[in-house]
Amino acid sequence: MTMTSESGTDAPGSAADPRIRDGRLVAEVIRADFPILGTTAHGLPLVYLDSAATSQKPLAVIEALDGYYRGYNANVHRGIYDISERATSAYEGARARIAAFINAPESCELINVRNATEAINLVAWSWGRANIGEGDVIVLTELEHHANLVPWQLLAAEKGARLEFIPITDEGYLRQEVYAELLKLKPKLVAFTHVSNTLGTINPVAEMTAQAHAAGALVLVDGAQAVPHLPVNVQALGVDFYVFSGHKMLGPTGSGGLWARRELLEAMPPFMAGGDMIRTVTLRASTWNELPWKFEAGTPDISATIGLGAAVDYLTGLGMARVRAHEQELVAYALETIEEKVPGISLYGPRDAARRGGVVPFNLPEAHPHDVAQLLDRVGVCVRAGHHCTMPLHERLNLPATARASFSVYSTRQDVDALVDGLRDVQRIFRS
Amino acid sequence: MDDLYRDYILEHYRRPHNFGPLEDASVTREGANPLCGDRITLQLGVVDGVVQTVGFTGRGCAISQASASLLTDEIKGKPLADVQSFGADDLLELLGIQISPARLKCAMLSHDTLRGALALLAESGPEADKDPAGAAT
Ligand SMILES: Cc1ncc(COP(=O)(O)O)c(C=O)c1O
Repeated sequence: MTMTSESGTDAPGSAADPRIRDGRLVAEVIRADFPILGTTAHGLPLVYLDSAATSQKPLAVIEALDGYYRGYNANVHRGIYDISERATSAYEGARARIAAFINAPESCELINVRNATEAINLVAWSWGRANIGEGDVIVLTELEHHANLVPWQLLAAEKGARLEFIPITDEGYLRQEVYAELLKLKPKLVAFTHVSNTLGTINPVAEMTAQAHAAGALVLVDGAQAVPHLPVNVQALGVDFYVFSGHKMLGPTGSGGLWARRELLEAMPPFMAGGDMIRTVTLRASTWNELPWKFEAGTPDISATIGLGAAVDYLTGLGMARVRAHEQELVAYALETIEEKVPGISLYGPRDAARRGGVVPFNLPEAHPHDVAQLLDRVGVCVRAGHHCTMPLHERLNLPATARASFSVYSTRQDVDALVDGLRDVQRIFRS
Repeated sequence: MDDLYRDYILEHYRRPHNFGPLEDASVTREGANPLCGDRITLQLGVVDGVVQTVGFTGRGCAISQASASLLTDEIKGKPLADVQSFGADDLLELLGIQISPARLKCAMLSHDTLRGALALLAESGPEADKDPAGAAT
């Protein structure tokens, strides 16, 4: 927890840190920490605008993986010998820093999982199967990523529970007046995304959680697009379950977190069973290990977790409030510039950058998003095209697909300008 | 600028051939790539074992729509047996562009839909291709 301030967000960057100037991030300098951003695509500088799918990794993270494999690769929680103890302490040290990063009260409440999807499935299988019964209501939203939709569909089908959905406005805000009505159904659980991966909408998590609690519901928040981009304090938010993916927050694939309040985790049955998660085993019965290991059956992704620890240190060094300010400024610039310079383009999502993450979905009138993405690739610009794992949201917006640009700490105005130039080229090709 | 977006591909996308619904089709088949939102509806009018008329409607990327345009041109007026043997490779050759693995599904949508239509036709039996209504254009 050494690198993290109490709020888990904003460690004071050292005055000499060239990555911070006048309290703001200097993305042009930050880029040098990311080796891949110095590479080319089709002979042109790589313009990576798909950080919502997965972020790039700073050298510090790559070196943490390398350091583990070269220097102290061993299984954790087992060996009595030196490198195993080092691996265990690096793994558990990473957990403590990841927990502190979201201001979890105790690091034993932070379960290391492979990604946000696994975390939600863990809750649906373990908490859900023990607590959801016939006729129970689970409230979700139209914004959800499939990861926060399909596990609840399976649970509801199995238990005879009912799913209800908070609809959105055309701009992509949750309709809070409908939410208030849905809470009258006395749901057992309200599960929603902190930040929409498709529209960028930042939801009012603390307010919605307080309302849910007043109605007797627990709250799960999908933080996959929040933890990488803004200060997250699970205690201030007041939520019950909070999930995120390491690979979207500068960490390795195979790392991620489920945070839940201790008393919930203690009451929950195990999700997966096997080694590491038991205290005693006889041929016919076993007792469970304590938290967090009760939920970490088998050898965990040790290197990825250590790498995520390094990512959290890196982000803490930048300061999450600064990260958010940088991306908010960039998304405002992008919305304005794209609209002005790309005639006819449709932009979706909240127009107010203060309520929107660094995600810019769009469509050109003359070309399908796949064609747009393919032609942008030819000039080194990486964007996502498709439904971004939000089919119901696209259905709601009556769009077969969208293209999406998304930002991270290393994204710059030059990236946005390259996107604009690329889009104008696409228009030229499709109009000629 | 790009191999994939040769002029004739873009031309087929902007002004697709055989675009529009058929009045009296012997068979109608829908195909979609839910992952990208490409969709087409392919209709064949078969008379005496020959594809007399063909039409498609749909929306999607240039590759999927140009491929449907080229495919419908190719099979129009052909005996069913020839249409049966029109393979995926033949369509790729017709497209004449390098298709990356990620875009293969787009390129193949029209062909997959055609296979589906032919299967439907076979199921509904020989009377389907004798239906004189199929000749209507
Ligand atoms: C909002 C949101 N939730 C969940 C996920 C699932 O993340 P993962 O695939 O890492 O489990 C994503 C990733 O695309 C996401 O954007």
